[in-house]
Amino acid sequence: MASESDARTAILSSIRGALRVSAEREPNARETEYAAVSREYKQSSTKSTEELLELFTHRLAEYDSGVMRVAPAQIPDAIAELLRARGRASIAIPEGLPAEWLPAGFQFVQASALDAHQLDKLDGVLTGCTVAIAETGSVVLQNAPSQGPRKLSLVPDYHLCIVFALQIVETVPECFTRLDATSNLPTTFFSGPSATADIEMTRIKGVHGPRFLDVLIVAE
Amino acid sequence: MRISLFITCYNDTLFPETGKAVVCVLERLGHTVEFRKEQTCCGQMHWNTGYLKEAVPIIRHFVDVYRDAELVVAPSSSCVSMMRDHYLKAAEMVGDAKLAADVEALLPRVYEFTELLVKKLGVEDVGATFPHKVTLHTSCHSQRSLHLGDIPVRLLNKVRALELLPIENPQECCGFGGTFSIKNADVSSAMLAEKVRTVLNTRAEVCTAVDNSCLMHIYGSLHRQRTLVRTAHIAEILASTGGMQ
Amino acid sequence: MNAPYGSHWADRSFPEAAKELLADSQVRRNVRHATDVIQAKRNRVVGELPDWEALREAGSAIRAHALEHLDEYLVEFERNCTRAGGTVHWARNAAEANRIILELIQLHEAKEVIKIKTMTSEEIGLNRNLEANGIRPHETDLAELIVQLGHDKPSHFVVPALHKNRQQVREIFQREMHLPELGDKPEDLCAAARTYLREKYLRIKVAVSGANFLVAENGAVCIVESEGNGRMCLTLPDVLISLVGIEKVIPRFRDLEVFLQTLPRSATGERMNPYNSIWTGVHETDGPKEFHVVLLDNGRSPILSDAESRQTLKCIRCAACLNVCPVYHQTGGHAYESVYPGPIGAILTPQLHSMDRGRTLPYASSLCGACYEVCPVKINIPEVLIHLRGKVVEQDQRTLGGKLGVWNIGMQAAGFVMGSAGRFTLAQHMGHLAQKLFVSKSGFIERLPFMLSGWTQTRDLKALPAQSFRDWWAHRELNGSTKNGAAREDRDGQ
Repeated sequence: MASESDARTAILSSIRGALRVSAEREPNARETEYAAVSREYKQSSTKSTEELLELFTHRLAEYDSGVMRVAPAQIPDAIAELLRARGRASIAIPEGLPAEWLPAGFQFVQASALDAHQLDKLDGVLTGCTVAIAETGSVVLQNAPSQGPRKLSLVPDYHLCIVFALQIVETVPECFTRLDATSNLPTTFFSGPSATADIEMTRIKGVHGPRFLDVLIVAE
Repeated sequence: MRISLFITCYNDTLFPETGKAVVCVLERLGHTVEFRKEQTCCGQMHWNTGYLKEAVPIIRHFVDVYRDAELVVAPSSSCVSMMRDHYLKAAEMVGDAKLAADVEALLPRVYEFTELLVKKLGVEDVGATFPHKVTLHTSCHSQRSLHLGDIPVRLLNKVRALELLPIENPQECCGFGGTFSIKNADVSSAMLAEKVRTVLNTRAEVCTAVDNSCLMHIYGSLHRQRTLVRTAHIAEILASTGGMQ
Repeated sequence: MNAPYGSHWADRSFPEAAKELLADSQVRRNVRHATDVIQAKRNRVVGELPDWEALREAGSAIRAHALEHLDEYLVEFERNCTRAGGTVHWARNAAEANRIILELIQLHEAKEVIKIKTMTSEEIGLNRNLEANGIRPHETDLAELIVQLGHDKPSHFVVPALHKNRQQVREIFQREMHLPELGDKPEDLCAAARTYLREKYLRIKVAVSGANFLVAENGAVCIVESEGNGRMCLTLPDVLISLVGIEKVIPRFRDLEVFLQTLPRSATGERMNPYNSIWTGVHETDGPKEFHVVLLDNGRSPILSDAESRQTLKCIRCAACLNVCPVYHQTGGHAYESVYPGPIGAILTPQLHSMDRGRTLPYASSLCGACYEVCPVKINIPEVLIHLRGKVVEQDQRTLGGKLGVWNIGMQAAGFVMGSAGRFTLAQHMGHLAQKLFVSKSGFIERLPFMLSGWTQTRDLKALPAQSFRDWWAHRELNGSTKNGAAREDRDGQ
């Protein structure tokens, strides 16, 4: 049976043959051509912070996500209020989540070491984020302090995510500029609770990921 | 202006009234119309069916016939789109640089009929009267290749006594597609059934378009169903000063 | 295993398969409803982006560039993925890909795998092969689950079960999940799927996925999804195997800023789909301990040799061309008898088979152009359809049967006639005589023979008028009436 390295050689040579690539390809041609790709699309924001917050809030609401906006000093009270309203008591938290955010009266569990079965038994998860996109109502999580591994924000049925105003950009390209330095970290974009429209194109909220989502926007 | 009419092969054979109407409108606007007898076809049927090399002599013939024309008008968006979208490619396919150069020199002077009126001649009111309820079928090539936009609507809006009725899903194909209507007759018929339903729902007396190919298709079903709705090329409405015969 | 690509699909011609589906009014209603809803959503969210055309332009340029340097970008991806702890495999065809995946699963002694919706796995017939080897694959995307439990075939590559309505889904779930009391509200059906699958996510150790994009620059893989089933498969198991077509590579991480705008808006009509996952190789504290990428050629690389149709491989599988296609609206996806239905399937399927199969697919289009208009990477599908029709005709003309076929003879004759006005005029006059056989009393043709009979099944044809335009013009010139208004007078006198 042919080995995989044979397959590799065969595929690459088939591609080169099909593209009629000569052995001595101009080494800089690729970079020059790539640089010539026209990128006339919107790459930067034209909105004020207040407009951004408003747009982001609006988009989240469209996804049926809960949204609350508070000043930094009110974070613990707001968390307590949201958890009570959702009836959630045992909450997973990632490493690096500031202890001063946590209100009394709930069970917060350091969860980075928990396996999926253990996470599945908790009521919810509380995380920060890396960046958020107003135009699409998206929040980006990476495996970093206060966000933790990917399964953390996936297995529990409820996710409370804290987003600071400074973390919100308007457009997708601005988001990628911010992610560039940490692009090798496991990254998850979420836009509202998990959903499907597979049955008669009716959007159903909550399939396998968290069925309930609250976003707490922190702004001065 | 001296305008050379490319009638197109199927209008010549099946819809001479459309050609007469084009002549009528252009002469009414004070232009001189000429008809070059050597003309035949744009080559679209061959090209679109995959007979690519067979289309090339027909294309060459077209270019030869109109080489020195001041302006060429065709009452068919699909034939004009054939020229704009494929002529150059056909010339390149056979490696004929001279043909490619000729095509590039000629095509800027070739217009679809309504496009000629509005874009080139700057006319919207051609002095027509047509006291009927009309709906417009927006043919695929007119919108997606020639990007005529609201040009046909603007012309129809200036026709006296004409009531233009909107149609549901105007962007959707009637299912003609040339030989598609024969090679995939069942699917084509199903598409047509939907189009005819939307035409009938408008309660119009006349369905018009800038292409007789679509209209022939649509009327084929309207007639089979013994409805009283008629079809008429837009040129025939624009030529009219009274009503249907 | 000797199952070639797509061998689980029958190999009927498109008109034949379409005829059967056209008779299924339930499928047609379901397809129409679903495509109408997606289309309306897509038009709304695309319409709100003033830079949509610029995004299409950039997406098209990036994909075209990536294909022109595909060998280099694949090697770069391999290097960076490997450096990040992943393992890259290469598979020339379906058989090789199946063998690689099977061996990896057997190495881990797994008897079950969980799967994210992946068209490449459908393409190579992975599930059948796994089952034949005693391994049970569980589809986790809701629609794929419906298809799998219903022993059905996908009919769309974003919403594979769009041909089923809620009552039909309920019946499948009731039977296969043993839930006789299950209701038919979409919420109930989703909840049933959630319960059915969650146990599997937590237990099964090997997952199989596809991928939307491979990033050469850092070896990252990107998967776009809605339900969270993808995230479950990508993060919970110990081993992840991603089967990806070689054309899916893009140069740089930042290129995602284009596709993550155009793909969700085109595919599901959302500004962003609920989840995107991007990861590189293996991370000690996060996700699978072992990550394999299987790069699949299976007929792709030869497509690059045709400069005209190479653009087919720019496709990012958004399915916007299916949703807008008036042919797809009538037949749904099964008529294409391929994993890849719709307009993109009509150009991709025959090319993946070196034009040996799916030869009627390039004709499964009225060339209305709606597909090109919506394509987020600007694949000129009508142009490629015609190009492929040209190849089909050329192939046919190389055989005696093709040479003597009705179409070829008809087209050759028509070409000869169109070559000169004299011949054309003669043909018009002959047509006049010939039609006497078919014209009814009312002046219409209601029945035509042979291949033209398709037209008169549902349509009448107006008989040729007594005088062609050119005859009228000759007559007019003869009478010297070229003054203004002459045409009108003449016309009014008709």
